[in-house]
Amino acid sequence: MALQLEGVSRVVAGRVHIHPTTLTLQKGTMNVLLGPTLSGKTSLMRLMAGLDAPTTGRILWDGQDVTGVRVQDRGVAMVYQQFINYPGLSVYENIASPLRITGVARDEIDRRVRETAEMMRLTPMLDRKPLELSGGQQQRCALARALVKGAGLVLLDEPLANLDYKLREELRVEIPRIFEASGAIFVYATTEPEEALLLGGHTAALHQGWVAQFGPTPTVYRQPADMTTARVFSDPPMNFVSCFKEGHRINFGDRANAPADGVFAALPDGRYTAGFRANHLEMNKHSGQAVEFPCVLGVSEITGSETFLHIHHGDDRWVGLVHGVHDLTPGDHVSLWLDPAHVYLFDANGQLAAPAAYALDELKGAA
Amino acid sequence: MARITLKNLAHSYSANPKSDSDFALKEMDHVWDDGGAYALLGSSGCGKSTLLNIISGLLRPSQGRVLFGDTDMTDAATAQRNIAQVFQFPVVYDTMTVRDNLAFPLRNRGMDAKYIADRVAQIARMIGMEETLNRKAQGLTADAKQKISLGRGMVREDVNAILFDEPLTVIDPHMKWELRTQLKQLHRQFGHTMIYVTHDQTEALTFADKVVVMYDGRVVQMGTPQELFETPAHTFVGYFIGSPGMNLFDAKIEGNRAHLQGASVQLGAAYGPITGRTQIGIRPEFAVLTKGEGLPVSIRRVEDVGRHRLVRAEAAGQPLNIVVPEGLPIGADMTHVSFVADKINVYADDWRVSATSVERAA
Repeated sequence: MALQLEGVSRVVAGRVHIHPTTLTLQKGTMNVLLGPTLSGKTSLMRLMAGLDAPTTGRILWDGQDVTGVRVQDRGVAMVYQQFINYPGLSVYENIASPLRITGVARDEIDRRVRETAEMMRLTPMLDRKPLELSGGQQQRCALARALVKGAGLVLLDEPLANLDYKLREELRVEIPRIFEASGAIFVYATTEPEEALLLGGHTAALHQGWVAQFGPTPTVYRQPADMTTARVFSDPPMNFVSCFKEGHRINFGDRANAPADGVFAALPDGRYTAGFRANHLEMNKHSGQAVEFPCVLGVSEITGSETFLHIHHGDDRWVGLVHGVHDLTPGDHVSLWLDPAHVYLFDANGQLAAPAAYALDELKGAA
Repeated sequence: MARITLKNLAHSYSANPKSDSDFALKEMDHVWDDGGAYALLGSSGCGKSTLLNIISGLLRPSQGRVLFGDTDMTDAATAQRNIAQVFQFPVVYDTMTVRDNLAFPLRNRGMDAKYIADRVAQIARMIGMEETLNRKAQGLTADAKQKISLGRGMVREDVNAILFDEPLTVIDPHMKWELRTQLKQLHRQFGHTMIYVTHDQTEALTFADKVVVMYDGRVVQMGTPQELFETPAHTFVGYFIGSPGMNLFDAKIEGNRAHLQGASVQLGAAYGPITGRTQIGIRPEFAVLTKGEGLPVSIRRVEDVGRHRLVRAEAAGQPLNIVVPEGLPIGADMTHVSFVADKINVYADDWRVSATSVERAA
């Protein structure tokens, strides 16, 4: 059982919303669409649901071509960012509504509503109206309505974006549990890398209507195929610095250099872009190989246990995330350290030339 | 610019409030320093919007006074308070150019053209919209429109305070970074009193010098990000700040030891007799998996969040979260959890208890 997109694209009034995309989503998997606003997440979901017709390509469900099948005749459920419930109906009737339309027997409706409500922790609220619920409960009600049908494909379009931070945290823990119990294909759109990581499963990194990369979430995070994916999948944004490989060394300018060993050794000499994440910049030299970068500080932001440093390295603008509380003065000159094991190298076309050594170790450890 | 004083301030939306629970805002006394960057943080319904509306003059408090500097503003209308406001959703004039949108508050106050041109150019640089100054606001993305709203909120130098009501809600994560940094820079540069309302702890902690945490109509703690993180004054602060929040265990406190279900934990200080429901709180960041030291722990699930892993576990008969840094292995021999003694806080009926004597853990 699977949902397959074969060369699916969508062009509206001459503007490409989705470039030709080929993807296979397996039954019982969680699939995250990760990308900034206008990257094509919603467009892609609407194609998957059958709400929009593709300009080119085919959509297959269990091997059957469903490209022309109406959304009502597909087993699809969708949840949007805004919690959509019927304000005049009780929570019970809200959850029951999709079943009433399809003429399911009364006893069966009752059984399924109660079962779904239990799963969504809404049992005590069944007699209330949606507006008497908290935001998180309202969204759980909308989720319950999507799940009660037993749809094979559940599409969630930034379902937590309008919720309080803490409610989001709570539902993020619950959604994988709900998904596991349902056995459906889940597709979940989000702009936030951390959300993708917490949901796990597979992730498609989207950018300007392209799926830049699709694979198991930890792999896409630790082995981004190109700079686009690396950018999309880093919050704070990934830092970049130009570098030059020559023989056994990689030069970062300013006499900063590191040995080109491990996966870097086999690379042809030449210019590369080095990428590294904010949490891998350090205030002290922790590794013998660490490279020193002279930087000028912008503002620093303290989160309680950690500090975000906004940094100017020549013309490069970086963000560092360091442990502890550092109240530093903007304009100060400071040395920051980077272990070359945390460096990704990208070629002139922005394609990954060599992954960071630590990432390979982490992926191996998880396997 | 002005210091803001809230004197015996309270508010109820009902005409005849009878009990404490009728008050959306419970009585408070606060002085907010001139030039401070404050964040009002709490979940929806905690009273933060009520408080902001009282400061901005949209709402008259049912009790108490609001002072800007030494001037009583309680009965002054919003327009008289000389404040700038930025809301959750962009408020721009679609038919005007970006330049005219930014200049609007200055023209309204009859500033001279040269000053307006300079100031608008400065703000445009700050929000990265120099290239689009001559474009109509119509047709710009929501991001860009919100940047105009932010710019317009900051264009006047003579305001008493700038109030921000969840201004980054519609902004992409990457853009959030830039705008937050720019706000912070503007604050450093111009020293306006800024009040920033949000339910997002990251925004609050990174923006503010002082974070005002509200819960159930009360200010439960006003402190620096570090204070909120290390010594939450109320269990709500422990829960609300940090992701996930602080772990709490019911415990009996005896001197410098806490007795949990089936185990005992060394505290960083000694406590006198405490009454009420006593608990200890330990942040997931200060709980450490060990091979034998501490309490027995069963690991339920490990979530990879990239720069660290979140271990969902159980100890002393309760769920517990542990943060393990990236790169540290979690072996099958990690059977116990120990707490960093001087990072443990003690609570009685949800409020933090001060130690009677601080001592270094052996």
